[in-house]
Amino acid sequence: MTELFEKLSLYMQYPFVKYALIVGVLIALCSSLLGVTLVLKRFSFIGDGLSHVAFGAMAIAAVLGMTNEMPLILVITIVSAVLLLRTGQNAKIKGDAAVAMISVGALAIGYLLMNIFSKSSNLSGDVCSTLFGSTSILTLTKTEVWISVILSVLVVAIFIFFYNKIFAVTFDESFARATGTNAGLYNLLIAVVVAVIIVLAMNLVGSLLISALVVFPALSAMRVFRSFKSVTICSAIMSVCCSALGIIISILAGTPVGSTIVVVDIFAFLIFTVIGKVSGGAKE
Amino acid sequence: MALLTCEDLSLGYDGKEIVHGLNFKIESGDYLCIVGENGSGKSTLMKTILGLQAPISGKVVTGDGLKQSEIGYLPQQTVVQKDFPASVWEIVLSGCGNRMGMRPFYSKEEKRLAKDKIEKMGLTSLTKRCYRELSGGQQQRVLLARALCATRKMLLLDEPVSGLDPKVTAEMYALIESLNRDDGITVIMISHDIGAAVKYANRILHIGRDVFFGTKEDYVKSAPARGFLEGGGAND
Repeated sequence: MTELFEKLSLYMQYPFVKYALIVGVLIALCSSLLGVTLVLKRFSFIGDGLSHVAFGAMAIAAVLGMTNEMPLILVITIVSAVLLLRTGQNAKIKGDAAVAMISVGALAIGYLLMNIFSKSSNLSGDVCSTLFGSTSILTLTKTEVWISVILSVLVVAIFIFFYNKIFAVTFDESFARATGTNAGLYNLLIAVVVAVIIVLAMNLVGSLLISALVVFPALSAMRVFRSFKSVTICSAIMSVCCSALGIIISILAGTPVGSTIVVVDIFAFLIFTVIGKVSGGAKE
Repeated sequence: MALLTCEDLSLGYDGKEIVHGLNFKIESGDYLCIVGENGSGKSTLMKTILGLQAPISGKVVTGDGLKQSEIGYLPQQTVVQKDFPASVWEIVLSGCGNRMGMRPFYSKEEKRLAKDKIEKMGLTSLTKRCYRELSGGQQQRVLLARALCATRKMLLLDEPVSGLDPKVTAEMYALIESLNRDDGITVIMISHDIGAAVKYANRILHIGRDVFFGTKEDYVKSAPARGFLEGGGAND
């Protein structure tokens, strides 16, 4: 045991480990906050769909030979998010089908582009690391860390500031609209924030696993807690703990960061389900 | 000036007109029931009154200092709400949304209002309970408390008793009646329950092939009512 701690404190001296922890925790925090709303609005898969769009955008940026891919990816993802969440209300193609279509389409186009135009010798390695996030979290530069910090603070601030509105719009959109809340505006806000989180989270867990960060904390918290506020707070705390633990384990054990975090999330979900069953049973 | 006036209203969706040339007025203190067959445009009319949907032509005018966003609305339950983790307190408080404007948090006054309405609906002991664990009647009272936070003058109820058992249905009607009589709140109710409509309302709007608007005494004698009343109370 002491050996483990020594190893850990040794690793902690490296800036890249510190960066990974900071960014990982922040992304987990942001995604779990929005996760509660997305799960309840029946948009669990939007994270998945958008991350595939981001993957496609990344491929386009690579083909164009752009040095800084972030702005392009962000713009394309935000536009897709807005379109997807807008269609939720009265589209010809319903929410889940639209997400499935865009998600798979973007994935295919992205891979095709990478395959045709890539100059890299290790194509499957590149694709794999974008999909599963493998090591990019450990190669963050100081600028990227700062961008993540600023965007995360912004996301948390927006969430706290509009918390009551987000609750109203999530629980009953037509009542909110009837009583003069601009539901369209808040849906747009949610869409943009989700897109920003997804682009950030691609570094951490890769595009295939982002949904896990969105869905698991919210669902786990809902097993145990019964008010919107307590569910939100619990899912934020749980998400932060799980991702910190996941990153530490992956560094010590040399496992891939993204999938380790998701496995920790799965364990937490199982524990919460048991707690929910036991405490729910005791109450009745 | 009437509290709410509909002038020459034509309603429909996707460019298809289902209601044409509708004219009626609601005075303060009225209890109006809107009846009609399925698909006759009751819900569309309600959405138009609430400003959720634009009419094809004509207009809805509010008067006596009532703003469109100050109509308390009791919607039908949605699928999303069935497993929504929210306490009674959180839901009722969200009815104060139209008082907030851009202000992000609820004031003390709004919290007091929510507390009052919870007490009025007899839900005080359930304040911290989770909405999805309540019975159907209790859930309706929670949504009614929320609607009362949003309004002082007018309630719009969309089939408030659907899915409730007879005893709870009677309680719900009594509650709505006392809001109308004792608190002077104008009530607009969409209902399939023609018996209750004739019993409680003072005005009836029947839409469909034949349109009728007037007092319930006149309605009972009118042509559209006969087909409906003979069908025997619970028409669907």
